[in-house]
Amino acid sequence: MSLLEIKNLKASVEDRQILRGVDLVVNPGEVHAIMGPNGSGKSTLAHVLSGKSGYEVDGGTVTLDGVDLLDLEPDERAAAGLFLAFQYPMEIPGVATMTFLRTAMNAQRKKRGEPELSTPEFMKRVREEAAKLSIDPEMLKRPVNVGFSGGEKKRNEVLQMSLLQPKLAVLDETDSGLDIDALKIAAEGVNRLRSPDRGMIVITHYQRLLDHIVPDIVHVFSRGRIVRTGGKELALELEARGYADYEQEAAA
Amino acid sequence: MPAVQETVEQVKSIDVDQYKYGFETDIETEKAPKGLSEDTVRFVSAKKDEPAWMLEWRLEAFRRWLTMDEPTWARVDYPKIDYQNAYYYAAPKAFVAPKSLDEVDPEILKTYEKLGIPLREQELLAGVLRPEGSSRVAVDAVFDSVSVATTFKEELKKAGVIFMPISEAIREHPELVQKYLGSVVPVSDNFFATLNSAVFSDGSFVYIPPGVRCPMELSTYFRINERNTGQFERTLIIADKGSYVSYLEGCTAPRRDENQLHAAVVELVALDDAEIKYSTVQNWYPGDSEGKGGIFNFVTKRGDCRGARSKISWTQVETGSAITWKYPSCILRGDGSRGEFYSIAISNGRQQVDSGTKMIHLGKNTTSRIISKGIAAGRSDNTYRGLVSAHRRATGARNFTNCDSLLIGSHCGAHTVPYIEAKNSSAVFEHEATTSKISEDMLFYCRQRGLSPEEAVALVVNGFVRDVLQHLPMEFAVEAQKLISISLEGSVG
Repeated sequence: MSLLEIKNLKASVEDRQILRGVDLVVNPGEVHAIMGPNGSGKSTLAHVLSGKSGYEVDGGTVTLDGVDLLDLEPDERAAAGLFLAFQYPMEIPGVATMTFLRTAMNAQRKKRGEPELSTPEFMKRVREEAAKLSIDPEMLKRPVNVGFSGGEKKRNEVLQMSLLQPKLAVLDETDSGLDIDALKIAAEGVNRLRSPDRGMIVITHYQRLLDHIVPDIVHVFSRGRIVRTGGKELALELEARGYADYEQEAAA
Repeated sequence: MPAVQETVEQVKSIDVDQYKYGFETDIETEKAPKGLSEDTVRFVSAKKDEPAWMLEWRLEAFRRWLTMDEPTWARVDYPKIDYQNAYYYAAPKAFVAPKSLDEVDPEILKTYEKLGIPLREQELLAGVLRPEGSSRVAVDAVFDSVSVATTFKEELKKAGVIFMPISEAIREHPELVQKYLGSVVPVSDNFFATLNSAVFSDGSFVYIPPGVRCPMELSTYFRINERNTGQFERTLIIADKGSYVSYLEGCTAPRRDENQLHAAVVELVALDDAEIKYSTVQNWYPGDSEGKGGIFNFVTKRGDCRGARSKISWTQVETGSAITWKYPSCILRGDGSRGEFYSIAISNGRQQVDSGTKMIHLGKNTTSRIISKGIAAGRSDNTYRGLVSAHRRATGARNFTNCDSLLIGSHCGAHTVPYIEAKNSSAVFEHEATTSKISEDMLFYCRQRGLSPEEAVALVVNGFVRDVLQHLPMEFAVEAQKLISISLEGSVG
């Protein structure tokens, strides 16, 4: 069975239609890249999937592991196994990163009817995962994302993903604001999380991220829908030729 | 539905049932005749078996009160109070000061049990269930107009600490009471304090002798039970040279449709090198969503850093009361003395809060710090009002003030009214203030990680107030954190 199934998804913001019929199937173990020009609706797709307010779904269906996602609240979608790595992770003053991680993990466990993690269990897992991402334990004592560098913020997103173990991870422009070293660390973290039962959607404007997170399938997104699908070589072709052809095609 | 929209919807449907201390204790009481006159004052004084000097003090206050007008400068709006239509004294019937807890009316003990306040020393002393290293707490329980139980008296006595109902202190330690009562908040200080001076019924008295570090936290729990009764408690704490005490007060009341008046006075005196830490968790009944009922909380709290290098620190978590009018202040008289004020004020429903502090720098090299966090939800109004002043001779005075306000929804208000007066050119006063609305994006970030709207708001708010929470004694920080979530229940989905 496919993991994620999006059928003819249409969505708008303040009566302006952004998604114009998106069809996408992600199978377990697959990594899909969605590439496209600025303003094509890539990020909107990520927001609509995760249930952010301000978007009106005008039609279509989305199921994750057979569960109708569009019927669920954002936190229920998270507990159902959907994770969004934010392009701009939010700062939460006064809340230690450690507290945030624990609250999130236990909130999801509670929703799934699982027991809360004990303190030693939680600490052990955080330490292990943080070490893999070269995250300084001191960083976990600081308030969530407050005063973090771009690289620290993105690593924090990957850390959350590795602790929450989602079925489907959507990475929204994870490369934005990162220098090449930070990009490599984040990409390594993501690659470690690739697994035969997990799906990923990597949203990016540039090819360079895909040198490090190599996708199985690449989609070109333009004017609110997928206009072309291919293998990883499609990303290289886009890098060479740009998006101009597709924009005309989608407009036609 | 957007989270903030949900918040607003939920606030509209806020219900009094969320106030879990709203129950009433069925107990026979003896009351003073309704209304306020010299006879009422004499009645209260006689009930307490007071010496003549105390009655005279009260009568003088009463005569002054008759000439005073109720203040109107605060940003609060309430119907005129009819002072003749209230009772000024209520005590459980057949009340004789209990010698031990076994003599306390079981109904009253049950009330405190329901409130989660431990009065039974033996249980506390057993200590089996308490985490290691956590300190014990001595409690004075005030029920309507009388103190019903004080725990750990003997153990405190060994350390030389006096902790007893003020009514007892007036009889047993008149020299201390006469010396300090009214020395920080004078009889004619303000309308409500003067009223309190005339009719105050009970409260706690604390004296820490020189060089003594009080061996445990001292705590008073106030409970208003009787209908139409005002509570006028009086607290006096004296920390003699080089001593230290940490004190906590908590307050609750049953839910009633009519408003009830609470006009307390708290006086703190810190002599040379002494330190007083005073924490309040105020959770009087706030009234219902339409603003019906609730406590009018008009309180005068003031600390006098009388000695050199003395320190007074106020920490308050204000979540209850229909109206709060309260400015715990410090007079920094001793050279090198320090005053601190840490406040969290949460308003929801139709609550009105006008609270803040005064830091009066009189001595040389005095320092003060103010951290105030106001959170307004529902249709409430939340005002910070503060004064920082440096006297002509207050060379080297320093103050740092930080006032942050957080708005939840779009029908509430946050206001900041800081007054700053420096009559000495060497004074350095810093003031920072921010007002922000709880951000939709921040809540969404939390919810994407699996937090419910309630959990998300609680997390963000707890982060917002963290600077203040960490100044509360450990045991009460946890309690306060829970209280914050409960107070904002109904402000989220």
